[in-house]
Amino acid sequence: MEQRSNRADYWRANLKVLFGCLVVWFLVSYVFGILLVDTLNQISLGGYPLGFWFAQQGSIFTFVVLIFFYAWRMNAIDKKFGVAED
Amino acid sequence: MELQTLIYLVVGATFLLYFILAIVARAGTTSEFYVAGKGINPVANGMATAADWMSAASFISMAGLIAFNGYSASAYLMGWTGGYVLLAMLLAPYLRKFGKFTVPEFIGDRFYSNTARVIAVIALLVISLTYVIGQMKGVGVAFSRFLETSVEVGLFAGMGIVFVYAVLGGMKGITYTQIAQYVIMIFAYTVPAIFISLQLTGHFLPQTGTGAELADGSNQYLLQKLDMVLVDLGFAEYTGTPDLMNTFLLTLALMIGTAGLPHVLVRFFTVPRVRDARKSAGWTLLFIAILYTTAPAVGAMAMWNTLKTVQDTDQIGSPEGNLLYAERPEWMKSWETTGLLSWEDKNGDGRIQYYNDKNEEFAAMAEEEYGWEGSELTVDRDIMVLANPEIANLPNWVIALIAAGGIAAALSTAAGLLLAISSAISHDLLKGVIKPDISEKGELMAGRIAMTVAIIIAGYLGLNPPGFAAQVVALAFGLAASSLFPALMMGIFSKRMNKQGAIAGMLAGLTITLVYIFWYKGWFFIPGTNMLPDNADNWLFGINPTSFGAIGAAINFIVAIIVAKMTTPPPHEIQELVEDVRVPRAS
Repeated sequence: MEQRSNRADYWRANLKVLFGCLVVWFLVSYVFGILLVDTLNQISLGGYPLGFWFAQQGSIFTFVVLIFFYAWRMNAIDKKFGVAED
Repeated sequence: MELQTLIYLVVGATFLLYFILAIVARAGTTSEFYVAGKGINPVANGMATAADWMSAASFISMAGLIAFNGYSASAYLMGWTGGYVLLAMLLAPYLRKFGKFTVPEFIGDRFYSNTARVIAVIALLVISLTYVIGQMKGVGVAFSRFLETSVEVGLFAGMGIVFVYAVLGGMKGITYTQIAQYVIMIFAYTVPAIFISLQLTGHFLPQTGTGAELADGSNQYLLQKLDMVLVDLGFAEYTGTPDLMNTFLLTLALMIGTAGLPHVLVRFFTVPRVRDARKSAGWTLLFIAILYTTAPAVGAMAMWNTLKTVQDTDQIGSPEGNLLYAERPEWMKSWETTGLLSWEDKNGDGRIQYYNDKNEEFAAMAEEEYGWEGSELTVDRDIMVLANPEIANLPNWVIALIAAGGIAAALSTAAGLLLAISSAISHDLLKGVIKPDISEKGELMAGRIAMTVAIIIAGYLGLNPPGFAAQVVALAFGLAASSLFPALMMGIFSKRMNKQGAIAGMLAGLTITLVYIFWYKGWFFIPGTNMLPDNADNWLFGINPTSFGAIGAAINFIVAIIVAKMTTPPPHEIQELVEDVRVPRAS
């Protein structure tokens, strides 16, 4: 039975990381790149209007970092709960 | 060296490389044929997946799409890469843990139903066949343009190459070739972009060059200047943001669709461990991002170069402001012969006018004040990448490289799709449903035969493309979004999801998406059979059929959840299977 509750805790920890990552995912693309694009375009990043930059560059960079972050966090959580592969 | 000889040498050398890899990496078992023996290093798999996933469209057409649509094309950039985030976090690690061979196999096992498996196979076949037509056509076009052969010859050569390494090597052969193809493709894409960025802005990185000042002494930013000149010529601002609702929905539909693409998902079955699947996804997106963050630069800079070539941007409207046709640069001449660029002297002044004559107010003003009688230059958007090296006066070997890169992009995706098709037939239909007692040797043979047949069908469709090829892409993404992604996700994240719910959800999502697309595009894309004209006034709530996959996916989720609530929960051993898929270590 203990193994079962351990699994449930592990799954909850996973969902928490996942949720955090998806919030960032939504923010950089849908919010910064689309919904708030006109507002952010008032600010410039060099010659890039900021909203435009998020839509064509920033969101993609963030996605890459996000997946590596997820892999790194999950590996740590696997170890913590003793479910990592050998 | 003569350009044509050089192109033959470079393309020939890449083909030789693919042949060698095919012979070295022959597949001897079904595991090697379907999933490369699950022994691929995660970084190597990342590279192969990137090549698998970036198609002829990514390589050849995307930058042109951005050049002509500016901000609005962001939906493709964010949609295709952001969908990858969903795939990496919501599906890939768990499917790897499940540890079998195909995507329909997971759906069949998880929903303890051959019906569900067959529906998944049908969705997979439609999605993959649709995609593969475009790739085969891409191979044919790249050949005919650069090697000056007919499209047919190019297509047969492409079919021959894929046949050798995909049928012999299966997933193992495809993986090694895709790694080589990635390297060729990324090199071909970034080298011209770097040179053009240096010429225009003095920045080595195209990503920062796009946001930099022009090096022509005007002290103006590239994007700012581009906005200004486009508006002066009657176009919309490059960074302008029209129709945000459809940009939002299209981004969502492309993301969900991307996450449900079976030929990409199956690549994560090839790494040894769950941990490797997670890491490999990161590497994949990094490799993809190199091209995807360069593409906007290629788009903006190519647009600027094109405008500047034909129009003196300080003298818009004055007769001397436009380029004399007789003085046009070499690259325009060479692309005119392909028909992808053409000029018609509407006002008979011997000069080239390029502006937005669809903008009625501007067109009337231009006719009155400038004496312009219609835009005279027609530019196919694919030129933006293909002609890049010539526009920037780069040496011939770079042009040869672009040819090899375009062919590599098309071949790598075609091979991945063909594998998905053949394994759905030999493993899911034959071994899974029709003849479960088939021997491994028999299954391997069946896989090879299915692959051969798939190559022939793909080649035939590439030669005789249905007239609706462009629209079918919307169909492929819509179907992937509305059928496979929700079923896979609920299979992992909901223990309560049962067979009835999953089947009802997939059927509902598929049907509604199909009907909505056909409603505006014509039943089975037959012209004239559409129920309403395909424009924003008639769309339901203004939703473009191209973006409808997002709604189809939502319908799939809702129907599945309601039906599952009303029917019996899945059996105990299925709930155990879900528990097991969620945890990396085998129990």
